[in-house]
Amino acid sequence: MTDADTFTQTIERDQRVEPADWMPEGYRRTMIRQIAQHAHSEIIGMQPEGEWITRAPTLRRKAILLAKVQDEAGHGLYLYSAAETLGADRGDLTRRLIEGRQKYSSIFNYPTRSFADVGVIGWLVDGAAICNQVPLCRSSYGPYARAMIRICKEESFHQRQGYELLMTMMRGTPAQRDMVQDAVNRWWWPSLMMFGPPDADSPNTAQSMAWKIKRHTNDELRQRFVDMTVPQAEALGVTLPDPALRWNAEREHYDFGRPDWDELRRVISGDGPLNRQRIARRREADEDGAWVREAAAAHAAKRSGVPA
Amino acid sequence: MSGEIRHEWPLFEVFVRAKRGLNHVHVGSLRAADHEMALHHARDLYTRRNEGVSIWVVRSDQIAATDPAEKPAFFEPSGDKVYRHPTHYTIPDSVPHI
Repeated sequence: MTDADTFTQTIERDQRVEPADWMPEGYRRTMIRQIAQHAHSEIIGMQPEGEWITRAPTLRRKAILLAKVQDEAGHGLYLYSAAETLGADRGDLTRRLIEGRQKYSSIFNYPTRSFADVGVIGWLVDGAAICNQVPLCRSSYGPYARAMIRICKEESFHQRQGYELLMTMMRGTPAQRDMVQDAVNRWWWPSLMMFGPPDADSPNTAQSMAWKIKRHTNDELRQRFVDMTVPQAEALGVTLPDPALRWNAEREHYDFGRPDWDELRRVISGDGPLNRQRIARRREADEDGAWVREAAAAHAAKRSGVPA
Repeated sequence: MSGEIRHEWPLFEVFVRAKRGLNHVHVGSLRAADHEMALHHARDLYTRRNEGVSIWVVRSDQIAATDPAEKPAFFEPSGDKVYRHPTHYTIPDSVPHI
């Protein structure tokens, strides 16, 4: 049996591909790209909410938000670890991000205008991420699937703290309720865009499904997210900003409007509200940390008696 | 030996014992300047929710592993030794506790 046969059989039998196994170059490339983009999204994703840590209204909310942003860093590191099993180098991936050669999720290019945004990100953005990520726990690449299992366990805290935060605000003053509705209005459509372009415009989907890197199409996951979220919005007492949103008894799903795909294309290609700031901040953090990394390496070399 | 400082830290594999009585299990890798830093990073990265009571770290380049391409030759010798398994032996049902 050739290496290619072994690989095909592994995929067909729903077994996992492991780091040292032979795999087609295309599989390796796709896997590195997807894991790296995912890792970058976690790291860039620290910024929108990180801005609110010093302005959290109570010590409890501050501790929660700090733990959440720390989790995002952790998720990024689990994923860089998975990417390294494929021969990628962490430092190189960071350079690719900073130089704009690799992408991250479009959602993190939108601003967080009020503390309600922290809640809505937890509820909608992390909710959409969970929809995307739960099937990835069965992705064909072992280290990626295992990282996703760990991440999914932690995302549940993210979503629940967000929803609880919003319930608290909804019990507050009319001004607080307005803040929640305003945040929902701004984040709803970008959250739907997180699932990527419609299936008809997603050229990589078929190959990724065949390799079992992806388990569901973008549109399937988007529908699942809408179906999950509508009752949660009702329980919270907010309106989702889509006049076309209604239950379709025949399909047994919610019908919903068409996201602005031109906006998604613009944001992905670098022209979203905050793309430049997000990358500039990441670059700054990398540069500010350089002396620490160098000093630690020099210290380690000195102690081991081997020059760095 | 070069005079310039390498900016990239070496890679370490991390093993965590979830609780007493269990083995250390591989959980992933991380970058650190030395073993001490690797242990601290491993604590922050892999045990934020009480997932462990003990951590091992080992430099990835110090691990020797079997080659997947030679898996058949390496593992097949145990394949035909069915007599190593208890189910290979037929014992009458009437014999208790065996």
